[in-house]
Amino acid sequence: MNIAIETEDLTKTYGPLTAVDHISFEVQEGEVFAFLGPNGAGKTTTLRLLTGLARPTAGNARVLGLDLRRELPRIKKQVGVVPERSNLYDELSARDNLIFMGQLYGVPRAERARRADELLHRFRLEEKKDVPFAHLSRGMKRALTIAAALIHRPRLLFLDEPTVGLDVVSARGLRALIEQLREAGVTIFLTTHYLEEAERLADRVALIVGGRIVALDTVDGLKSRVSGEATVEARLASPFGEERLRFRGEDVASAVRVALDHAAAEGKRVIAVNTIQPTLEEAFIKLTGLSVEVMLAERGNR
Amino acid sequence: MWRDDLRGILYIALKDMRAYYLKPPNISWGMLFPAALILTFAIRTPGDLRSLAPGLVAMTALFSATSMEAIVITFERRIGALERLLLAPLTLPAVLAGKVIGGVLFGLLISAVVLVGVTVGLGLAMWRLVAALLALLLSTAAFSTLGALVSVAVQEVFEAQTLANFFRFPMIFLGGVFVPLADLPPALQVLARALPLTYSVEALRATLLSTVSGQTVLDLGALAGFTMLFFILATCILQRRLD
Repeated sequence: MNIAIETEDLTKTYGPLTAVDHISFEVQEGEVFAFLGPNGAGKTTTLRLLTGLARPTAGNARVLGLDLRRELPRIKKQVGVVPERSNLYDELSARDNLIFMGQLYGVPRAERARRADELLHRFRLEEKKDVPFAHLSRGMKRALTIAAALIHRPRLLFLDEPTVGLDVVSARGLRALIEQLREAGVTIFLTTHYLEEAERLADRVALIVGGRIVALDTVDGLKSRVSGEATVEARLASPFGEERLRFRGEDVASAVRVALDHAAAEGKRVIAVNTIQPTLEEAFIKLTGLSVEVMLAERGNR
Repeated sequence: MWRDDLRGILYIALKDMRAYYLKPPNISWGMLFPAALILTFAIRTPGDLRSLAPGLVAMTALFSATSMEAIVITFERRIGALERLLLAPLTLPAVLAGKVIGGVLFGLLISAVVLVGVTVGLGLAMWRLVAALLALLLSTAAFSTLGALVSVAVQEVFEAQTLANFFRFPMIFLGGVFVPLADLPPALQVLARALPLTYSVEALRATLLSTVSGQTVLDLGALAGFTMLFFILATCILQRRLD
C-alpha cells in the first residue's frame, strides 16, 4: 500500500509557542486517519501545514508522494479540504459555488457542470441549487462545503472537525458519506475532538496533545494499551433491588475477585459478572493524562 | 503552474465582480459620488471645472478602486473565504492578483464613465480618451493594490476603511486635485511625490488638457512602480499573516 502522507519532524512555532512539535507519522493510502485531541493540541495547525495554508518552521512532509515545500500546487490539485468553518460564498447560489470551485481546480467546463449536479444530487441539495449559500441551513452549508471539496475528485480529503455544529441527522449523514468515500478509495485525514467519531470512523487514530503525538495506533490497538487494568460489571441483588456496579483490577480475575469481595462484604448476591472492554475514552485518559472533561469543555467553547 | 494561476486570476476577478462589485448599490454609489462633486464645482466655479476635471476623474478612480477592494479582501479574510481560495492550486500572488483585478475593473468602469462624461461635457477631442484610459488603467491598478495592501494590514472591515482614509484624504489635498503642485510649499511638494494620486492627476491632466510628454511617461511609470510595490508588500504581509 502506498503512503498518502508522510511527515518528518514537522514543526510549527509562533514566537515562543510551539503549536506542532516535531511530529512524524504516516497515513496509508485509502485509510481514514484521525487526529484526536483537545482544543489547542495542534490538530488544525497540522492540517494547515499539510494543506499549504501555513509554512512549517522546521521539518517537512510528503503528500501523495510530493514534497510539501517544493510541489505544493501539484499537491493542492489532488487534495480536497473541508475547513472547520463552512466558508463558501454567501452571495453565490449552491450550484454556482460548486461551479466556481470547479473553475479554480481546472475541471473542464462540461465536466464541472455535470459534476456539480451530481454532487447536488448526492448531498440532496438539488432543490436548493439556486439558493444563495447565505440562505442555506447550517447542515446544508456543511454539506455544500464538503461537496465543494469533492468537485475535482480528490485522492486525499482533509476534514477539519467535520461534524462540529451539525445536528444528529446531519452528522450521521456525514459519517455515512465518509464511509462511502473510504470505500471509493479516497484517503481521509480528519481532525476531531469527538472520541466516538474517531472510534467509529478511523482506521487509525493519533492522539495529539500540546503539539506532540502521544500515541498512534488502531482503535483496538489504543484500547489494548489500557491492559493491566481490566473492568468487570457485576449485577448484584440486594433486599432493595438489583444494581449494576463496575470493578477494576489488574486483570479480569482480580477484578472479578474485587466484585465478589464487595458483594460478600455488602451481603449482596451476585447475579452475573461481565467483562467490559476498555473504551477509547479510557485509552485516551490513560495515554494523554487528560480528562474527558477537557474535550467536553472544548465542545462548549464552540 | 502559470496556466492554473492565469485561470484562477480570471475566475476570482469574475466571481468578485458578480458577487460584490456589480451589485446595484455599489454602482449607484460609485456614480453618485463623482456626479455630486462635479455638480458642486460646476455650480460654484463653472470656469474652474476644466482645470479640475483631471483631478476629479483621478479622485473617482482612487475611491472606486480602493473602497470595495479593501472591504472585499478584509471581509473574505474574516469569514475564511480567502483561505478557501488559497486551498485551490493557485499561488498566493495569483489569488491576490485576482482580487486586485476585480478592484481595477470596478474602478475603471466607474471612472471611465466619469472620464467620458467629462470629455463630452467639456467638449474635449475624443482621441484624448485613448491615452487617458491608459492613464486611468494604471491609476486604478495602483489604487486597487493600495486597497489590497490596506486590507491585509488590518483585521476588521471598519479598520480597512479607516486606514484607507488615512492614505486617501491627504492624497486628495496634496495630490494636485484642487491645488496645483507648484503652489504647495517645497516640503509638501516632496511629500506629494510619494503619493500615487499625484502621478495619476498629472498623467490625466496631460492626456486630457495638454500634450503627452516625457513627464507623462514618467508619471505612468511611477504608477506602474507603485502598483508593483503595493502588490509585493501586500503579498508579503498576507503570507506572514497566514503563517
